[in-house]
Amino acid sequence: MKIVAICGAGIGSSGILKVNAERVLQRLGVTATVVAADIDSVARVAADAQVILTSEEFVEAIGRTHADVVVVHNYFDTDELTQKLTDAVG
Amino acid sequence: MSLPSLADRAIVLQAHAADWRAAVRLAGDALVDSGCTTAEYTEAMLRLVETHGPYIVIAPGLALAHARPGPEVRQDGLSVVTLAEPVEFGHAHNDPVSVVIGLAGVAADAHLSAVADLANAFNDSAAIQALARATNREDARAILEGRRVS
Repeated sequence: MKIVAICGAGIGSSGILKVNAERVLQRLGVTATVVAADIDSVARVAADAQVILTSEEFVEAIGRTHADVVVVHNYFDTDELTQKLTDAVG
Repeated sequence: MSLPSLADRAIVLQAHAADWRAAVRLAGDALVDSGCTTAEYTEAMLRLVETHGPYIVIAPGLALAHARPGPEVRQDGLSVVTLAEPVEFGHAHNDPVSVVIGLAGVAADAHLSAVADLANAFNDSAAIQALARATNREDARAILEGRRVS
């Protein structure tokens, strides 16, 4: 499974998402690759992804995709991430 | 990079900012003052929000001000600004902001280990409020290094 974390710069906030998503997925026993990328590269990087993690600000720019687009409000809240990732990959 | 112990100049506590731009500028100035970035990096941090919106407010009360790695970054680093009066970034869920973290990395992979350390500190939900209340740099360092949250 491939999961892509999207933000404006592809570092920083998407990096936080990547780190915490990896922690949650490990706890859930899900094997997945999590990649941090910037919004300009989303079409290429997320072409084969099952899930895109991002903020509301980027949903429109991500546009049409086969992946589940999951909006995260609190990037540090692993409970929120656990619930949303469980719904997305379960 | 892992989280370096922050220089005094990288920590600005109980500062005053009129709006989100001023708050981001304080975090940028602290990166410049501690030798991590040039002033152009601060402008790049502001442009990121102007282009994409207030998504850098990644948790209640906390903004992660940053831009892409580039020639504006002299060395990896972090800055911390806390605001005496919280400011609105226009975020739907996480306003108002009282803690602004400035993040600069010379390369994307350097960013990633630093953000892992940030995640360690702030996955404790009490850490942001504790940092917002900190009145001296030693307390702020302790919270950022995950040594203390209250």
